[in-house]
Amino acid sequence: MSGAGWVGAGLLLALVTVALLGDRVSGHAFDAQDPDRALETPSLEHWMGTDALGRDLFARIAEGARVSLLVAVGATGIALALGIVYGAVSGYVGGRLDDFLMRVVDVLYSLPDLLLIILAKEVLEGVLVGVSDLVRTLVALVLALSLTSWVGVARLARGLVLQAREEAWVEAARALGARGPRVLTRHVLPNIAGPLVVTAAFRVPVAILAESTVSFIGLGVQPPFASWGVLASDGFTAMRSFPHLILFPSFAIAATLVAFHLLGDALRDALDPRRKL
Amino acid sequence: MTRYVALRLLQGVGVLWLVATVTFALLRLLPGGPFDREKVLPPEVLRNVEARYQLDAPVAVQYLRYLQGLVHGDLGPSYKYVGRDVADILRDAFPVSIGLGALALGLALGFGVSLGLVAGTHRGRPPDHAATLLAVLGMSVPSFVLGALLILVAGLWLGWFPAALWEGPLYAILPALTLAATPAAYVARLTRAGVLDVIDLDYIRTARAKGLSESRVRVHHILRNALLAVVTYFGPLLAVLLTGSFIVEQIFAIPGMGRFFVTAVTNRDYPLVLGVTLVYAALVVLANLAVDLLYAWLDPRIRLGGAER
Repeated sequence: MSGAGWVGAGLLLALVTVALLGDRVSGHAFDAQDPDRALETPSLEHWMGTDALGRDLFARIAEGARVSLLVAVGATGIALALGIVYGAVSGYVGGRLDDFLMRVVDVLYSLPDLLLIILAKEVLEGVLVGVSDLVRTLVALVLALSLTSWVGVARLARGLVLQAREEAWVEAARALGARGPRVLTRHVLPNIAGPLVVTAAFRVPVAILAESTVSFIGLGVQPPFASWGVLASDGFTAMRSFPHLILFPSFAIAATLVAFHLLGDALRDALDPRRKL
Repeated sequence: MTRYVALRLLQGVGVLWLVATVTFALLRLLPGGPFDREKVLPPEVLRNVEARYQLDAPVAVQYLRYLQGLVHGDLGPSYKYVGRDVADILRDAFPVSIGLGALALGLALGFGVSLGLVAGTHRGRPPDHAATLLAVLGMSVPSFVLGALLILVAGLWLGWFPAALWEGPLYAILPALTLAATPAAYVARLTRAGVLDVIDLDYIRTARAKGLSESRVRVHHILRNALLAVVTYFGPLLAVLLTGSFIVEQIFAIPGMGRFFVTAVTNRDYPLVLGVTLVYAALVVLANLAVDLLYAWLDPRIRLGGAER
């Protein structure tokens, strides 16, 4: 792996550590208010300052990391599982079924992502009952994000299966008596795993971005809970007088996304050398 | 050729119908209705309002009525902006969004192609590394972060540009830059890959051997062929710009379509959400068609409507 890849991996390790330990390190709970110490700039006590309600910004960013990573990794996991099964079946079976399945994908593809995410998330929130607000929002976000993300995975998986299907080793497996499902799971999938891992590494940051965007416009995670989008939105309204409130969340999001891109690039060079983008 | 275009347009109409149906269904599944207020309306008032917008009919009937209107170019009334039709609102907002999008597209292509050309022709050397780093940053920094930072630094601290609103060309610069960053990064990567694909080919060596100047070789021989890769990206590029405009219009308080969409969803203004969605979908359909035509024109080896569609 290249130097840049290691930088990305190191940044992500640091991020996960902060997400796991976060408020235990700083000694402040993410939702603990202290009106006497509102809107402070960074100090030894509050490493990144405090927000309008006197909450420790570092603890809130750590909480945001937890929420953002959880949602993004969850959504990417579902999207991968769904997309690989759908795409692999479509590509392997071929014919009419393939035509039909791919038309469905085409239509989903022509809807602007963010629009579909917002609508689906609102619908899902209405359907989910009997759980706390936070859980409801998080589950709705995860499902809504995977709804737009699996389409791309399905296309990729289908293309890879179509290529692999014609290879001599598939023919060999068939000649030895292996049937469709076995050929697909035992022979084809392991051979196309590389590009799928790479796409996973690139899809997590896309999901983080989408989640924080939805939260930024006020349709995602709701206060007092924090996601990076919520923090950036809070910071945006206050940045004229208190720039640290926008600078720290911005830096957290940007550093995380850069880290994922660096890692993704490195993985691609290692696992999928033919692709350039 | 005409046949091909007609066929694709017909398919596009089909896609739009599907988009309208899916969106219509999703909207009706949303919790709450357009006339839920903090203060609950008296039942008879609510009945009257719903009757006025024909919301008292069965959903299937409403759907058919909507499609009927759509065929006649009637997008229905807005529930929130009383007295205005969705078509009215879109007529005002569309040019704003398109203007901003076109400017951002220009910036993205200009920056992206030059960056990619520099990177590709200096492979492995410092300019390449610098350009690659810039591209990773462009892809990584979310538009609301970049927008906020631009407003903070260039708008508030330095005072070079107005920080918000939409009152002239100067107001378009920061939002267009914000919108252009991500697509510019993708264009740069594609251009670089395209340059690397052709840079070692024989015809480039021939061009140099003929004694052509380096700049002429780069622009006329290398870039021209490298750009094919960029053209295929036009469809997704437009989608990125459209999605980006939601956020950018929100941040900079620009009265475009994207801004209406967000408020329309929270207000449950069904016709307005549908209208914006359909305009976006239509743009994507048309852009994809334009890309395929452009591609065939640039690369005559490609046949339209052949066995490989």
